Amino acid sequence: MRRQFSVNQPDGFEFTPENLEWVRGQIGKYPEGRQASAVIPVLMRAQEQEGWLSRPAVENVADLLGMAHIRAYEVATFYYMFHLEPTGSVAHIQVCGTTTCMICGCEDLIEVCRSRIAPSPFQLSPDGRFSWEEVECLGACCNAPMVQIGKDYYEDLDAGTFGTILDELAAGRVPAPGSRQGRFSSEPKSGPTTLLGFRDPLIAANAAVAKAVELGDTLGD
Amino acid sequence: MLEDKDRIFTNLYGMDDCSLAGARRRGHWDGTSELVAKGVDAIVDEIKKSGLRGRGGAGFPTGLKWSFMPKGVDGRPRYLVINADESEPGTCKDREIMRHDPHTLIEGCLIAGFAMGANTAYIYIRGEYVREREVLQDAIDEAYGAGLLGRNAANSGWDFDIFMHHGAGAYICGEETALLESLEGKKGMPRMKPPFPAVAGLYGCPTTVNNVESIAVVPTILRRGSEWFAGIGRPNNTGTKIFAVSGHVNQPCVVEEAMSIPLRELIDRHCGGVRGGWSNLKAVIPGGSSVPCLPAGLCDDALMDFDWLAEQKSGLGTAAVIVMDQSTDIVKAIWRLSKFYKHESCGQCTPCREGAGWMMRVMERLVTGSAEVEEIDMLLDVSKQVEGHTICALGDAAAWPVQGLIRHFRDEIEDRIASKGSGAGAQIAA
Repeated sequence: MRRQFSVNQPDGFEFTPENLEWVRGQIGKYPEGRQASAVIPVLMRAQEQEGWLSRPAVENVADLLGMAHIRAYEVATFYYMFHLEPTGSVAHIQVCGTTTCMICGCEDLIEVCRSRIAPSPFQLSPDGRFSWEEVECLGACCNAPMVQIGKDYYEDLDAGTFGTILDELAAGRVPAPGSRQGRFSSEPKSGPTTLLGFRDPLIAANAAVAKAVELGDTLGD
Repeated sequence: MLEDKDRIFTNLYGMDDCSLAGARRRGHWDGTSELVAKGVDAIVDEIKKSGLRGRGGAGFPTGLKWSFMPKGVDGRPRYLVINADESEPGTCKDREIMRHDPHTLIEGCLIAGFAMGANTAYIYIRGEYVREREVLQDAIDEAYGAGLLGRNAANSGWDFDIFMHHGAGAYICGEETALLESLEGKKGMPRMKPPFPAVAGLYGCPTTVNNVESIAVVPTILRRGSEWFAGIGRPNNTGTKIFAVSGHVNQPCVVEEAMSIPLRELIDRHCGGVRGGWSNLKAVIPGGSSVPCLPAGLCDDALMDFDWLAEQKSGLGTAAVIVMDQSTDIVKAIWRLSKFYKHESCGQCTPCREGAGWMMRVMERLVTGSAEVEEIDMLLDVSKQVEGHTICALGDAAAWPVQGLIRHFRDEIEDRIASKGSGAGAQIAA
């Protein structure tokens, strides 16, 4: 798929001091002279700061990591998680469309996106607050169909429960992620068939949901 | 059926304490320094004897892979790289290890790293798994705090560091050399082999890339002995395995079971059966999107292991079972996989870049029935021209689902074309 930078670009990009500090920490993970290894995490941080990935941001990252600009352009255009156009200001909804989710009803979710957000993927809603796309397998197939919103997975959906999530987001609230059928994680819906002796009643949510609730940054800081 | 006492991942669903204290209570990090003290040869030998085959899809013997690392010291650092880029459609097993039983992986990294002479591990996790990355990083930080990583890790005498790294949404980075390219900060395009990563991998240094589950089972195998692990499953198909059953079953789930479990037992015991009953089964994709499907008739006696499924021209792959009942449009289900491979082809090799899109476009017309019957054989022929003619296995993976569909459901494709009448013509496809 051909992926290009947006025709509308900001004049420049600078990391916030906190993010710049974070970038230096990332570079430290790799051997001397191999700082280019950090390019994906650093580009991702730029995208989180800006909401999308602009050309000045990619060039800024390339300069920070001592890379030729073209090498960073290659990375930004190769990997699909980088959004080279602005997305919805509140949320960009990523609906998993690959086979398991498809046979479990993801087309209903896409229909909800088309009617409630915009007819086409990556098109902004009329108020500019939402956008959506169909993505390839997100690796939560036993909780199909599911969507990713920001940093989190909303699972075991149907058109109704998905619509409720959109309602909440539109009202400025961020619902807790996880299963919408009352499942804890990926165990059978009526309860685990194994590991019955390994349960701590004090644990209220699976680790991914607990982390999301603890940090409260589903849609960013 | 596997009993809980023989399960390695006792916190698969995260219902117990995920922290280090919880992991210790469940038996992990118990006597790690003594396991390391057995020495490199004994550890590699024990893993070989256990019969452990790689859990990432290809099923290559793990112990043998480790032994490919060069002998002796040549001044270059060595790396263990964990492939946590779980992206094969249908597969959601490593996610459960990383978010709920992360210490199995961390302890496994230390032992495996020691066994191959590596002081550093990178865990390459897919970019979309944000919470899994954060939770795993917390567990790594906790392990550092308790002296289980870093200098003289876990009092083993071995210095060992683990760093998290992530991707940004490219299936191809699950291919080990594409993963290494990506980890070096480049586009994820696979490398020619040889040289193999054991000789020249990350930064040109000796490197072994292993799947999450392959490494996470290692400490328990060493603690309980290779005989225990080898005693589960059939010969050459040993041990426990995490299965992810999705699609048209009453209760989709991830579950750790014995290798070689009959497919029907897996579905009936843990997944509440096929939706509408066993007789309502149409087909199963037994090992993630890349392996050819099995029609219902072959599912009655199917055993979930490498060799049985290979004998049926399918494969265990990642043990991600996608179940489809009679209501499924199987042609459309496979078309969706063709669309996936077209989307995910990195574009480096012409047969895959062009062939994946070509196959998808013909599949599109088979879905609507607006093709000619001759195009079925043409599609098969093109799939054979993609298969085996590319640097990595993505070309094969794009071809196999299509071949499986034609092998088992040719009648259905032909019926659809017949009921639609004469189609758009073969010229359009070419």
